[in-house]
Amino acid sequence: MGFLWTIVTLVVALGLTWRYLGSYMAAVFDGRVHTLDVLERPIYRLLGTSPDREQSWRRYATSVVVFSGVSFGVTYLLLRIQGSLPLDPQHLGAVGPALSFNTAASFLTNTNWQNYAGETTMSYFSQMCALTVQQFVSPAVGIVAAIALVRGFARKESSTIGNFWVDLVRCLFYVLLPVAFLAGVVFVGQGAVQTLAGTVSIHDALNGVTQTIARGPAGFMEAIKQLGTNGGGFFNANSATPYENPTPLTNWLSIYLVLAIPLSLTYTFGKMVGSVRHGRALLAAMVLIFGVWVGFTSYAEHQGNPAVAAAGIVRQPTGNMEGKEVRFGDTSTALFAVASTQTSTGSADASYDSFTPMGGFGLLTGMMLGEVTPGGTGTGLYTILLYAIVAVFIGGLMIGRTPEYLGKKIQAKEIKLAGLGSLVMPLAVLVLTAIAVSVHAGRVGPLNAGPHGFSEILYALTSQGNNNGSAFGGLSGNTDFYNVLGAIDMLVGRFGILVPALALGGSLAAKGAVPESLGTFRTDNAMFVGLVVGVILIIGGLTFFPAVSLGPIVEQLSHGKFF
Amino acid sequence: MLTNLRRSLVMAALALVVFGFLYGLAGTGVAQLLFRFQADGSITANGSILVGQDWSSPRWFHGRPDDTGPYAANPKKGIAGGDNPLVANGVPGSSGATNLGPRSKVLVADTRALVSYWHRLGVDPTEDLVTTSGSGYDPDITPLDALVQIPMVARATGIRPAELRRLVASQTHGEQLGFLGSSYVDVLQLNDGLARLEHARLHGGRRG
Repeated sequence: MGFLWTIVTLVVALGLTWRYLGSYMAAVFDGRVHTLDVLERPIYRLLGTSPDREQSWRRYATSVVVFSGVSFGVTYLLLRIQGSLPLDPQHLGAVGPALSFNTAASFLTNTNWQNYAGETTMSYFSQMCALTVQQFVSPAVGIVAAIALVRGFARKESSTIGNFWVDLVRCLFYVLLPVAFLAGVVFVGQGAVQTLAGTVSIHDALNGVTQTIARGPAGFMEAIKQLGTNGGGFFNANSATPYENPTPLTNWLSIYLVLAIPLSLTYTFGKMVGSVRHGRALLAAMVLIFGVWVGFTSYAEHQGNPAVAAAGIVRQPTGNMEGKEVRFGDTSTALFAVASTQTSTGSADASYDSFTPMGGFGLLTGMMLGEVTPGGTGTGLYTILLYAIVAVFIGGLMIGRTPEYLGKKIQAKEIKLAGLGSLVMPLAVLVLTAIAVSVHAGRVGPLNAGPHGFSEILYALTSQGNNNGSAFGGLSGNTDFYNVLGAIDMLVGRFGILVPALALGGSLAAKGAVPESLGTFRTDNAMFVGLVVGVILIIGGLTFFPAVSLGPIVEQLSHGKFF
Repeated sequence: MLTNLRRSLVMAALALVVFGFLYGLAGTGVAQLLFRFQADGSITANGSILVGQDWSSPRWFHGRPDDTGPYAANPKKGIAGGDNPLVANGVPGSSGATNLGPRSKVLVADTRALVSYWHRLGVDPTEDLVTTSGSGYDPDITPLDALVQIPMVARATGIRPAELRRLVASQTHGEQLGFLGSSYVDVLQLNDGLARLEHARLHGGRRG
């Protein structure tokens, strides 16, 4: 009953957010919001640019890549010299080169894969000025790339798709900063820590225990961690830690925050191309798949843990509680996990490694669908638009018409770009997984034996290739091998899709509009939603089924067998 | 290219100042002003109510078996945190779960050891009492987890079970807003309540 109300309240809150945040973001990126003009103008002057100086897709993409490169350099440098920087009450010292490399790649690509334990590795300075900064900037880059692609659909015979710097500044100051700050206040009010005072030691007179407790500026990092679909937490155990996610309410808020922007961007898209119905069609495809996965995964987690049952606890009325927190319970944890894995967030309010075989299957396959249901901030929208173009192409082939989407003829060049963008991720994930299981350095990683050990490797590379960042945490990822392999995976997964999406935007913007006729294949109705859902499931299913059957499926089928 | 590089450096510096320093410092300021107790870690006289502890004696209600210390035969001592936010009783660690898979032989053996641990204490354990949490220091148990420990606590303290049941009921937090999450009991608050109960009894005993 409680779970039902959790869903109902989320649907209502997200429905309102979809409508109003969606149209607000359209107004922001169309330059119709001027509240912060006094702040914007000096920043543009400092950057040497202005809103009326627009860029071609090539220039836009170059700006994205150069800026990301600089972000990488700054993050890497700050971590390497951590020992000489202030705000390090625990005297943690510098972060090693391979780990800094992986972490810099991880935060700049919005992945937030963490091969370190936050409270024993990162100083407050690094958490704030290296990691939290990227948690603002990297989702903003994703969002503006999506907006640039949307402009490609909206414009006719235009050689430009916007100004990256202007879009970036607007996204940061008008969207991310205010929402994150408000959410931060709620997190702290509920019990998240936010202090610069360092660790605290307490002696409990009742049981004679003395604890030294790690603290830090975690609450406000938590807010942008969720809102920006980042996922990198202050503490090692991420959102399971009471100091990050103290109550069921903050758990609800986390789920709300990760879904808010990715879902609302479909409204923004509809508004900007002049047809909210088209946005609603993409929303429907996202919600359909997401809903099925929530149902499936929550059901699986409610069934209890086979290993715990084998140890004699046969009745498990509270579901599988190994690796879960009492205050959240089984189904809300599963809902959080699905929201986190299908938005490319990757935050974790439990140990996903200890999920039931089919629960883990739900999380793993949710990412394998390409992070489009609804996917990360911006990345979800531009990736599902690639799938939509593939769907239009397939639909066109079936009925023998020239494919069109939003009045734009979809020709060989667009199909090639959409094809490239949708195949890069499976290619990276499967090839790198194959490498990892073929070499000794890869095979020593897993904690668990049997099929679950393979799942740990596959999950790690799927998560990084999709810029998700969640983990089957048993894998020992902080080795030179996994640090470098994972960094490659994350960079390919980010730029291998982002650059083709921008190229597509440029190519579409240059086209004129084809007037709609009776023969036009409808792309805003239930039929098209079905087609997009089909494309997502078929691409994900066909490419990953063999790999998944060696992991969670074998595990599920080996009744009564333990490894 | 050079223009891009210059703009990137300017933007990176701006982001560092605004989203690194200002966001973090303003956040800390507001948090300390409005919610000092929470922002400092919800610390009470005997510890943080958000961080689980080792309760090894049968005189106290136990939390979930996340800890490295008290369960003498605790097979799960390999876990990263273990009621161990940074250091507890000299053992260092960080937060984290066991990460053992659902068909792990190790998990079966560990859980069996915990079941017999509880049986030795005269408790028929619930699921939460033989599984470890996600953070490694779950501060809470369900009301049922507390109720099954009552025979153990009653024997060790001499407090009547009915009184202990009342204590558990009074310390139970319902589902938040009536529907969110599970209802739970904070183990530290529960044991603080238990200590007050004992204190009152001793006091009353001397008078009588």
